[in-house]
Amino acid sequence: MKPIFVFIYLLFVHTSCAQDNTPVIETPTQVNYTTELIVDGIEIPWGMAFISSNEILVTEKSGALYRVYEGQKTKITGLPKIYNRGQGGLLDVALHPEFKNNNIIYFTAASNMGDDLGGNTALYSAILANKTLENVKIIYKATPNTKKGQHFGSRIAFDHEGHVYFSVGDRGNRDQNPQNIDRDGGKIYRLNLDGSIPLDNPFIKSTNAKKAVYSYGHRNPQGMLIHPKTNKLWVNEHGPKGGDEINIIKKGMNYGWPLITYGINYSGTSITDVTKKEGMEQPFYYWVPSIGPSGMAFSTSNIYEGWKDNLFVGSLKFEYLERLVINNNKIVKREKVLDKIGRVRNVKQGPDGFLYISVEGKGILKIIPKE
Amino acid sequence: MKIFLSIYFLSLWFFTGFLFQKKTKSESIKLGLEIYQDFCVQCHLTSGEGVSGVFPPLKNSDYLFNNIDISIAGIKYGLKGQINVNDENYNGVMSSQGLDNEEIADVMNYILNQWGNNYEKFIVSEQVAKIPKTILGK
Repeated sequence: MKPIFVFIYLLFVHTSCAQDNTPVIETPTQVNYTTELIVDGIEIPWGMAFISSNEILVTEKSGALYRVYEGQKTKITGLPKIYNRGQGGLLDVALHPEFKNNNIIYFTAASNMGDDLGGNTALYSAILANKTLENVKIIYKATPNTKKGQHFGSRIAFDHEGHVYFSVGDRGNRDQNPQNIDRDGGKIYRLNLDGSIPLDNPFIKSTNAKKAVYSYGHRNPQGMLIHPKTNKLWVNEHGPKGGDEINIIKKGMNYGWPLITYGINYSGTSITDVTKKEGMEQPFYYWVPSIGPSGMAFSTSNIYEGWKDNLFVGSLKFEYLERLVINNNKIVKREKVLDKIGRVRNVKQGPDGFLYISVEGKGILKIIPKE
Repeated sequence: MKIFLSIYFLSLWFFTGFLFQKKTKSESIKLGLEIYQDFCVQCHLTSGEGVSGVFPPLKNSDYLFNNIDISIAGIKYGLKGQINVNDENYNGVMSSQGLDNEEIADVMNYILNQWGNNYEKFIVSEQVAKIPKTILGK
């Protein structure tokens, strides 16, 4: 081959920009669903938990917890002091798997508990006694506090073996936190439901490790659930520009941030050229460009035609709900549901099988198929 | 004694002025850059250009320069509802970031003097402290 062709080829390879990754997002030509606003007047509805099909707990990031019965909001009293700064505030809320018998709820919030200035993510449990919280316990508090405004993580999930999982983002300190299991931040955590450390946690025998750590090398995981069929833990996280990811979490594994990533700094400068490395897990899927993934949910009901077993992820950045079709362990189709609806903060499947989304500045919307 | 007292008070005045000296505008701008990168850059972007129709620009923004106090209140208390910036309408939500008055002054000084923006006056925390939520009209 003539050197000039090699030169042109190499020039092309080395200067071509990151392409949108496949499958490219589609906008449906026919829309077979509509929405109904079921909770309004909440500026940033961060977390939601269904007590029943017509009763929901909803958090407002600035520091309020509402119990909503058929659209009527009641403010719950007895919350601890919330550190509302940057992306931090009152974040996720979830019901104990045995909530019907014990009325226990879990919630995550930024807390400034401790001696140092600033705050960090905390997981709480409490008993929901009608309109007030009783027996509020802090069951995990990430340290140290920092005045940084970013990456609190905070999504909560449960498996069927008596564990609670939650995430803490890298707290704006990517060089020190995510790769160091002796430090909080950039981790998925696993605890027993009473807050104690499971004896089979991966780093239980590491002297200085944070014993609650279940996986590490994360940036800012804000979508998390147990897959309804495989029971595996699915997590989506905000990457840097062009590096948002879905990961299926394996115990004790390293998900690479910031040593490997498909993204670049917001400013356009490079973080690393490396996207793969021995001993670090590859994402199940990554988004280029970034969508700003928030909550995630699987649709398991027969309510929506053709949506069964699809994954739904909210996009904060492009203001739609994304539908992802999975086939043979691969994302084969992506589609915009409710394009331009607003910043989608969360998505959940209710006990009635309907999908519910929370949208900033709007509230909670129920997705209803058209007749 | 008179002389002693005058010298004493003169030096007291001099030293308090020296010890409790307010930061300069350029120091404030420098601190404002850190706040900007931490709390603002994700939406308003690195050159203050924003995203047309979604996140209003700060660079060369008529709204910002015509509404200094309301902009301060927006950072302090959060801002929502329709605004018009450089002949384009924006109807989003900017939530309060929990910054203290000092930090708000710093970030205002930064955005008012970057990317070709130029604001002669110097915003100090006392000015931020005085701005009530009511000026947002809600």
